[in-house]
Amino acid sequence: MKVVVDTTKCKDHGQCVFAAPDVFQLGDDGHLVFDAEPDDALRDDVEEAADVCPLQAISVEG
Amino acid sequence: MNRRVVVAGASLGGLRAAEQMRAAGWTEAVTVIGDEPHMPYNRPPLSKEVLAGRASFESLAFTPKASAADVEWRLGASVTAARLADRVVELDDGSTIPFDGLVVATGMRPRRLRCAGPLAGRHTVRTLADARSLRDELTRSDARVVVVGAGFIGCEVAATAIGLGVRDVTVVDPLPLPMVGPLGELLAGSLLERHRERGVRFALGRTVRHFTGTDRVTGVVLDDGTELPADVVVESVGSVANTEWLDGNGLDLSDGVLTDDFLRVGGLPHVVAVGDVARFPNARYDDVPRRVEHWSIPTDTAKHAAKSLVAHLTGTGAELAPFAPLPTFWSDQHKFRLQSFGAPVLGRDDVRVLDGDPAGDVLVGYHRDDRLVGVVALGGPATAAKTARYRAELLKQPAPTA
Ligand SMILES: Cc1cc2nc3c(=O)[nH]c(=O)nc-3n(C[C@H](O)[C@H](O)[C@H](O)COP(=O)(O)OP(=O)(O)OC[C@H]3O[C@@H](n4cnc5c(N)ncnc54)[C@H](O)[C@@H]3O)c2cc1C
Ligand code: SF4
Repeated sequence: MKVVVDTTKCKDHGQCVFAAPDVFQLGDDGHLVFDAEPDDALRDDVEEAADVCPLQAISVEG
Repeated sequence: MNRRVVVAGASLGGLRAAEQMRAAGWTEAVTVIGDEPHMPYNRPPLSKEVLAGRASFESLAFTPKASAADVEWRLGASVTAARLADRVVELDDGSTIPFDGLVVATGMRPRRLRCAGPLAGRHTVRTLADARSLRDELTRSDARVVVVGAGFIGCEVAATAIGLGVRDVTVVDPLPLPMVGPLGELLAGSLLERHRERGVRFALGRTVRHFTGTDRVTGVVLDDGTELPADVVVESVGSVANTEWLDGNGLDLSDGVLTDDFLRVGGLPHVVAVGDVARFPNARYDDVPRRVEHWSIPTDTAKHAAKSLVAHLTGTGAELAPFAPLPTFWSDQHKFRLQSFGAPVLGRDDVRVLDGDPAGDVLVGYHRDDRLVGVVALGGPATAAKTARYRAELLKQPAPTA
């Protein structure tokens, strides 16, 4: 599974962090860092993160 | 014969309902009917990034999940009536569509001011078309803007107008502070200061008596007789639920559509409601059903409602827990963000600063019976991130009793 975040859209809401903390994190500066190729076992979490992102910046491929 | 679920309303709630029907195991037909000509799109940027011109109108479209690829979309079509007992909806072109299950997702429309005066030049912000025409007027040189209503949409539009270089922006509200209803006095006061520092003017404790102008609005007359000159008026005075099409079914439509703990409408297992229009009890708080106009609610309600509808339609009778979402809300104004978790409104009488300082970045807790029921951050992104700990605390809590 590949995770793509449209960084021009992302406004560091961090909602994705709550949904999938193993994949998305906010760094000390408050900006998003994420794992672009997470384990398939995390698919449900990642789908949830994509749903709850207020800017709809996350897409899941494959 | 193939069975069908009809979803009325094609915005976030309708889209998520269609997707969640698939996720919950419904393999038969789904038809979504929406009166706007567009596929579902994201509304929050309409008063923020898109109004400001920092994001395009095209960027607002949601990308439906692959699982919902076979959903049928009837766009530009309005549901005019429903006969729930007969399981049929009627459309504005005179056609009828039979259904086995119905999802109510028709949301809200802006409330309008009834006072006298011309309509031209007066705007609301709910749809793409609304935001387009408001943006055209705000970007005309030297527009004078009056925003009526200091709720979140009014505050956002005022901030965006200032960001666009509009020099003359005044917000009118009958209450003494902006957003004081949802936030309480401490943060509302801090918000007022932030807006004033950036050039927004306020006429608080005031209502609108009438509008001046013949063909087009030229001013707003307040209840104390003051006239604010205006080329553009934005009315952000709350919203009205789109439920007229459900009349005649014996439902409680006094404020949106009343549902039970499983988002079912009128005790009917084949009818559910989602999103802004649903007035549901939240098992996390008390038994008082409330409508919640937060962006997170269409997704939360759709997940729960789809499970309860599919359990009924497929006869699996799966045990569902009562609906108990943690409300979450954000708002962007000028350079700062409000981020809320829980139900601050239930704890407005016991407000404590948890971190920081109301003049800068601040984290505020709302308590009821000495227990945290809501947390709101106001400031930069790092402040919003500090809510994480308190959000976890709010999630762990059992339901406080009213
Ligand atoms: C300008 C703006 C800014 C916002 N900003 C924020 C924010 O910062 N944070 C936040 O948490 N929330 C925000 N929100 C709230 C959030 O956008 C809403 O909660 C969300 O859009 C609700 O989705 P919904 O699908 O329930 O209803 P709606 O989006 O209202 O959708 C209902 C749809 O049904 C259609 N419809 C109505 N009647 C009929 C009918 N009879 N037949 C067919 N179709 C019909 C409507 O035209 C509409 O397309 C904002 C809302 C607006 C308008
Ligand atoms: S939820 Fe969306 S906007 Fe927020 S940090 Fe995650 S990707 Fe960015």
